[in-house]
Amino acid sequence: MADSRQAGRPLSPHLQIYRRTLTMMMSIVHRATGMALYAGTLLLVWWLMAAAISDSYFAMVQSIFGSWIGQLVLLGFTWALIHHTAGGIRHLIWDMGRGFDLASVETSARVTLAASVLLTIALWAIAYGVM
Amino acid sequence: MLHKTPLGQVLGLGSARAGTGHFIAQRVTAIAGIPLVVFLIGFILVHRRASRAEIVASLENPVVAILLALTLINLLWHMRLGLQVVIEDYVHTPARKHLLLLLNIAFTAVMGISALYAILKMSFGL
Repeated sequence: MADSRQAGRPLSPHLQIYRRTLTMMMSIVHRATGMALYAGTLLLVWWLMAAAISDSYFAMVQSIFGSWIGQLVLLGFTWALIHHTAGGIRHLIWDMGRGFDLASVETSARVTLAASVLLTIALWAIAYGVM
Repeated sequence: MLHKTPLGQVLGLGSARAGTGHFIAQRVTAIAGIPLVVFLIGFILVHRRASRAEIVASLENPVVAILLALTLINLLWHMRLGLQVVIEDYVHTPARKHLLLLLNIAFTAVMGISALYAILKMSFGL
């Protein structure tokens, strides 16, 4: 409820006031990738439904995903999925009460980000037969 | 016109008693999601250039079909809980909030039933 504004009382400082930090960006990106993956489910279900419908329709959907724009979307999808999963593991570790000190939080942010980028590159290297 | 502070409006009402269940389901689907995401990525990687017939052949194996169905249901459940929190965090107009909460349930239900339909149809060799 935004009633405190109507009452004329000051609001607490919000996002734009603070200096951007890595841990803050990781938090925002965790939610953003979650929302992107929500929309991305539509693509996954579309792919499965196409395979259930007919040979020609599935071939068309495969060619759309195989186009450069399709591959670009799937590259983003891959990274979002891996990043959100890695970030989720980080959250689960916090849920166990571990890794909450500032140094650990900074380290786990860097490890999560590096892991998501490297795993995405490795997966796509496998997909394109580079590895 | 509300004459009470936000705190005053809710004092004495008690909790909705749904928060703990939401929290636990969020974590359970998150933990289950880790191995299932690995399976999903593997499945997509293997079938990235597959024809419809090859996907049908894979899904005729009940282990693959059941794992894929589990993956979809688990992820859809997890994302329904997640988006519910996002809506509750950012949308404060009651009518708009309730409409979005209903759409969230409807969207994930339609996605889930569609995915199950597709997986089962192919698993039965159709």
